[in-house]
Amino acid sequence: MGNYSPTKIFWQRFKHNKLAVGGAFIVLCLFIVAFLAPFLSPYNPNEIDRKQILESPSIEHPLGTDELGRDLLSRMISGARISLLVGFVAVGIATIIGMILGAFSGYYGGWPERIIMRFIDIMLSIPTFFLILAVIAFIGPSIWNIMIVIGVTSWMGVARLVRAEFLSIKEREYVLAAKAMGASDLRIIFRHIMINSLAPVLVSAVLGVASAVLVESALSFLGIGVQPPTPSWGNILTSGKDNIEIAWWLSVFPGLAILITVLGYNLLGEGIRDAVDPRLWDAEKK
Amino acid sequence: MVSYIIKRLLEMIPTLFGITLLSFFIIHLAPGKPTDVLTEMNPKITPEARERLEKLYGLDKPIVEQYWVWLKRIVYLDFGVSFSTDRRPVIEKIWDTKQPFMERRLFITFMINVLSMFVIFLVAIPIGVSSATHQYSLYDKITTTFVFVGFATPAFWLALLLMIFFGIYLDWLPISGLKSMDYESLSLFGKSWDRTRHLILPVFVSAFGGLAGLSRFMRSSMLEVIRQDYVTVARAKGIYESSVIYKHAFRNALLPIITLLGLSIPGLIGGSVIFENIFSIPGMGQLFYMSVMMRDYPLVMGILTIGAILTLLGNLLADIGYMVTDPRIRAQ
Repeated sequence: MGNYSPTKIFWQRFKHNKLAVGGAFIVLCLFIVAFLAPFLSPYNPNEIDRKQILESPSIEHPLGTDELGRDLLSRMISGARISLLVGFVAVGIATIIGMILGAFSGYYGGWPERIIMRFIDIMLSIPTFFLILAVIAFIGPSIWNIMIVIGVTSWMGVARLVRAEFLSIKEREYVLAAKAMGASDLRIIFRHIMINSLAPVLVSAVLGVASAVLVESALSFLGIGVQPPTPSWGNILTSGKDNIEIAWWLSVFPGLAILITVLGYNLLGEGIRDAVDPRLWDAEKK
Repeated sequence: MVSYIIKRLLEMIPTLFGITLLSFFIIHLAPGKPTDVLTEMNPKITPEARERLEKLYGLDKPIVEQYWVWLKRIVYLDFGVSFSTDRRPVIEKIWDTKQPFMERRLFITFMINVLSMFVIFLVAIPIGVSSATHQYSLYDKITTTFVFVGFATPAFWLALLLMIFFGIYLDWLPISGLKSMDYESLSLFGKSWDRTRHLILPVFVSAFGGLAGLSRFMRSSMLEVIRQDYVTVARAKGIYESSVIYKHAFRNALLPIITLLGLSIPGLIGGSVIFENIFSIPGMGQLFYMSVMMRDYPLVMGILTIGAILTLLGNLLADIGYMVTDPRIRAQ
């Protein structure tokens, strides 16, 4: 690979992975739709039209209308914002908690590490979806509550990952050198170790967005997620279920949107993983 | 072996203690009270009546004391009495001994999860192995695409699509419940056929997500093993390719899969809330959903605890399976 910098190598490898580029394209589209939502949607997503109830897809309403005569396409475009917001905030929370606990237990070891690891075992043995369901039902379903609860119940993977990275990196010579020169613990943790363990964290964060989107849609589908009239892909599917015998479009399109979104994040995440994994570099040269 | 299992079972106790402690405090410290639900339904209820109710439920005591009372009963497998108006013991709601075996909630959920796990392993392992042995072929590409799409498909959406197609459009399969209205009048064969038909969609839906993940995992595990030297040696000796794959490679590639068995249990149990809700199946997931809506604390705690016990037992089973199949671990 010559004199290329790591970033250049990354782009070179990422560009040649068609699936990864496809995933990045999907995610980019999602961002554009979410940010330009008011300009893109043909109707007001909450405008009720009693004369156009459960109309099948037509030129006027490309994806049909729902049980209150609202335009499905406009509601789905608006739902893209919810999905993006929930995905990123929930994963942001989970990643911050995971990095702090992982770094702390990996760097210091000893009894704090044992307690944190035991705590992770406990969290992993609780059927998390049950717990999320119970907590949100009790504290009341709101979009902020959903993001926080998904965030605080999904940090365990990141914590384990960061801890493993810390265990292997903290013995390297450059870290020992920094220590010998009298660098503070915080400086070593953030400046020398954390920065070198960011790649796997980024991968797990992107994959985490995908599962947060799935959890949010499942919660909204069960009626304890995003509350109507605010549209979310999950709660549109609830009305799809209620009208399953007469309006297939209410079930098909929002689910398709979830599928494509999750697929996009998964492809992007796996693409980044392959591009940063040095073990795969040699394999490709052959 | 036996001493190992006993050791592991003993180790489960502190973990289980931690789980119940955490769940109990989260549930009881969440804002709002179970009596709020009753007040909502009957606005005429007086503050005195609410207080009496709280006393009856034991909610007036400090939370640590409440947990202690709960914990003392758990030792005798007594999960307390439900807050709902019928005041039945929690254990009776989950495992109703008056009902036939097949109708008990815990059994229904357990059976569907076991069946779907069976389907997952039966389908995913051959797919994973064959796409690894035919790496980069068209077949491999098709299965890889299927895996990525399958991974991204929300289970409840798949359920809706299958209900529309097989239940409404083709009218082949029933879309709700576990038996038909005329079930009692059917012959023995008719009864089992009726049950099977009701189970097809729920089992398929709950297996689908795991199917994608496991076949992907099996493929990469197999790919790793066939690059090993001992597989090359086996080939060099002139052993049939099928025997190289199934005797030398497959058995070793299967080892990491066994751990997945244990890890997939929380996901399956969590998923049961969703598909039992969609298909109106009277199992634990549906009961949990109802108990959460009614803020029935003892029932919520009971189901969470049983779910955690099943998860821990699943992990233990996976480790035992690992020991049985891997002589290197057995030796330690």
